Order: sequence, then C-alpha cells, then structure tokens
Amino acid sequence: MSYGKFTTPAKNARGLGSAKSGTEHHIRQRVSAIALIFLVPWFMFSIINAMGAGMEAAQAWAGQPLNAILLILTAGAAIFHMRLGMQVVIEDYIEKTGTRSTLLILNSFACIALFVTVALSVLKLWIGAGA
Amino acid sequence: MSGTPRADTRPLSPHLQIWRPHLTMAASITHRITGVALYFGTFLITAWIVALATGAECYTTIEGLVTAWYGQIIMYLWAVAVLYHFANGIRHLLWDGPNIGFTPKTASAVSLFNYVFAFVGAAAIMAATIWL
Repeated sequence: MSYGKFTTPAKNARGLGSAKSGTEHHIRQRVSAIALIFLVPWFMFSIINAMGAGMEAAQAWAGQPLNAILLILTAGAAIFHMRLGMQVVIEDYIEKTGTRSTLLILNSFACIALFVTVALSVLKLWIGAGA
Repeated sequence: MSGTPRADTRPLSPHLQIWRPHLTMAASITHRITGVALYFGTFLITAWIVALATGAECYTTIEGLVTAWYGQIIMYLWAVAVLYHFANGIRHLLWDGPNIGFTPKTASAVSLFNYVFAFVGAAAIMAATIWL
C-alpha cells in the first residue's frame, strides 16, 4: 500500500500489522522446541524410572553430574518455552489491558520462580550426593 | 500483542463456529490445550523434585499422591499431553523449517497419527511402569 512518491516508509507500514517483537518470539519458541526434542525423551524416560525407584535411588539419580546438568537444561528449555507459549495464550484471549498486563507479569514471575526452584533443588541433590 | 484494544479495521480471521470441524483444526486446538496443561503439569513435576530434595517425610507424602489412583490418572494424562505436544511440535517445526506436510491429505493423516501416538504411547508407558 503506497501513498505515492513522498510518503515515508513509516506511513506505508503503519496499520498493516504489529511492528513489535513477534519475529524474535517466534524464533525463540522454535529454538527452545528444538532443544526440547532432545531433552524431553531423556526426561520422560528418566523421571518415570526415578519416580518408581524409591527415594534413595531417585536422589542418587538426580545427584549424578550428567543427570543434574540435563535436569537443569530440561527445566531451562521447558520453562522458557512454556513462558513464551503462555504469553501468546494470554495475548490472544485477554483483551482488557490491565488484566492482560497483570497476567503477563505473573507469567514471567511464575516461570522464573519455577526455574530457580528446580535449579536449587537439583543443586542440593547434587551437592548432597557428594559429587 | 499488548496495548490498546482493537480500534482498527483490519480483517479478523473467522471465529471457531464458522469452520466445519476438521482434523487439523482439532490438532491445532489440542496443541494449545496440551501446552497449557503442561504449563501446570510442570509445577507438579517441580513439586516432586522439591520433595526429593527436601527429605524422607516430604517425599513419602508426594510418593503417596503419585501412586494413588488419581495420581496415576494425572500421570497418564501428563504423558498423553507430553507425547501429543511433542509429536505435533515436531510437525510445526517441519512446517516452518523444510516446509513439508502442508497438503490436506498429509496434514490430516499426521493429525490422526499424533492423537494415536499420544494415547497409545502414554498407555504403553503406564503399562511399562506397572509391569516392568
């Protein structure tokens, strides 16, 4: 849509869509998805085994360096991915600005708190295992 | 995106009730529903990891919840959601990256496959945890 020779690029772009951070969001969502393709199968298999193995075996499992690293990586990629996903859901369905902003902030806080909680728990298990 | 409510005249995509229900539509909706479910599921998994790090008393409580019948149902639904979102997520990446899987026939077949994969796969996982 052009208004002739003397219009600025901004004038041409205005009204034709969002000029915010959509592309970056899209790429982040996909890059974290690619990481999760590798992490999730390991996580599914391991966590189900650990849940059925009893506390001591589960603690020993989480305390091994490789498992601790993969656990924190999985939590990082998964929580990053779900924060982005929930952001889109909130933006799609909540139209009232105040409610929307509140939920978006809450989403960020919850995800960051969740990651810190997992990371600290895994660190404790890792240190507790004396590795 | 964030900000002011819609005041512009850009066309909106047709709402749900306009469409005749079809497989790829169901697959898309399910992708979002499983995504939101997994969001809350992650809090439950985190609770288990925290209990594991906290100690015996706390862990015994949560182990009781996981092995109870309702805990097992939640575990099954969690596995369904993970497998579905995983398979359908790969399909999204194949759409975006190599640009394959767009023909209606393929897209419908993959949608159906994702559902079967999720429900049967999760049932197989649950069976394996019980018998192996």
